[in-house]
Amino acid sequence: MQLRRVAVTGVGAVSPFGVGADILVNALYRGESGTVLVPELRTIKGVRSHVAALVKGVDPGVIPRKQRRSMSRMSVYAVLACREAFGQSGLPAECLSGGDMGVSIGSTIDSIDTFQRFFEEYLAERDMEQMRSTVFFQMMNHSCAFNVSQALGIEGRVIAPSAACSTGCQAVGIGYEMIAFGKQEFMLCGGADEFHPLSTASFDIINAATTGYNDRPHETPRPFDRDRDGIVCAEGSGILLLESMESAEKRGAVILAEVAGFATASNPQNIADPSAASMEVCMKKALADAGIGPNEVDYVNAHATATIQGDIEESRAICGVLGGDVPVSSLKGHLGHTMAASGGLELIATIAMMNRNCIIPTLNLENPDELCKKVNLVRKLEERPVRYALKNNFALGGVNSSLVLRRYENDK
Amino acid sequence: MTNDEIIRIINDSLITEFELDSAKMIPEALLYDNLELDSLDRVDMVIVLENAFKFKIREEKEIRDIRTLDDIHKFVINKIRESERAL
Repeated sequence: MQLRRVAVTGVGAVSPFGVGADILVNALYRGESGTVLVPELRTIKGVRSHVAALVKGVDPGVIPRKQRRSMSRMSVYAVLACREAFGQSGLPAECLSGGDMGVSIGSTIDSIDTFQRFFEEYLAERDMEQMRSTVFFQMMNHSCAFNVSQALGIEGRVIAPSAACSTGCQAVGIGYEMIAFGKQEFMLCGGADEFHPLSTASFDIINAATTGYNDRPHETPRPFDRDRDGIVCAEGSGILLLESMESAEKRGAVILAEVAGFATASNPQNIADPSAASMEVCMKKALADAGIGPNEVDYVNAHATATIQGDIEESRAICGVLGGDVPVSSLKGHLGHTMAASGGLELIATIAMMNRNCIIPTLNLENPDELCKKVNLVRKLEERPVRYALKNNFALGGVNSSLVLRRYENDK
Repeated sequence: MTNDEIIRIINDSLITEFELDSAKMIPEALLYDNLELDSLDRVDMVIVLENAFKFKIREEKEIRDIRTLDDIHKFVINKIRESERAL
């Protein structure tokens, strides 16, 4: 049940393509890959995957020192993305104070770089005398969220949902619910993560990271492709600014899209194995929340990270809920898996597809896997109107999330 | 080490750590009002000075009374001279 309609009036992105939502979207439409060889990974024993998609073009120095001192890289990404989203919204600065603006931003884990630097010093001599006062601020679970609120002067709710790869989608969904239920007027929502070899190693050890394309990074990951071999870890931040439709229309804001429905649901069968049945539950709940039937969905932006089993299960789930005709693509082939940022970044791209009437195909999908082919896999730019889009994100730990976007048509 | 050398090391260390404008590093500069440091910076300032001069000052009561850059200069110079006399 939705009490107030919710509009997206701003987006912000820090991605492997650089800083800015336009930079992200244009790179996706050009079919670019953010995956590169990371020489450091070659030096680590036990890590077979040597590629990642790393953020470029970030200058932390644009953030004042007093704000920046409590930020790890992921918080810098989140703050830059929030600044962009807020700027695009056209909201006056006064909206940041007074408690009407809230924050819902999370990360998979907190800054491993910071933890590593701390423990290198601490364990060497069992010595904490060198620890700076702001180290712990970079380690706290809500580091991105509070750094955003501090940097922008936000006085409303600050929450930091964390559900690995579902984080960003969940954070936007929670923001949507807060506005729909009248608890906040405006929300900056999404996720951020920074790359560390631990991410790659964690997927590698469960045979879910790409290992066969170290000599041709741009050819991996390969969602839904017969020759896919796993995830490419990535980093960044994707942020959406949400507000009530009433507020957006009243002030004449440019409304990028409407958040029409959201669901998050757990798969308690296994912490790592994806399950089509549980994905179906989540997608159905999101459609029910949006009040639409399966035949009304015009596009699915899949989670599809290019793991063997995940892509098969998601294909089955999409087919089970929506049938085999709705166009489906994944942006992991371009972006890699930006983890907690993936929900926000991929929602930004999905909004662009809705407004441009043109669906971005899955990069590196050359030979669709027989077990994924039952759905309509988009393989080239496809011009078609998208009124409703469904966005999936599924996480380790069995946390699934789906969000429904509706193109804004001024049809109140 | 001369007093001027000590002052230069202090100023350079603080400029680097807190990204300060060297033009503001005048002796009468107030740490909070003029150099825009705060309570967390004050904690880190102690670590910076300890690293720069290889002494321990965290428990020194006089640190609490430091208000200006000149107070830091005098505190550190006194501390170093005390150490030298103790040798």
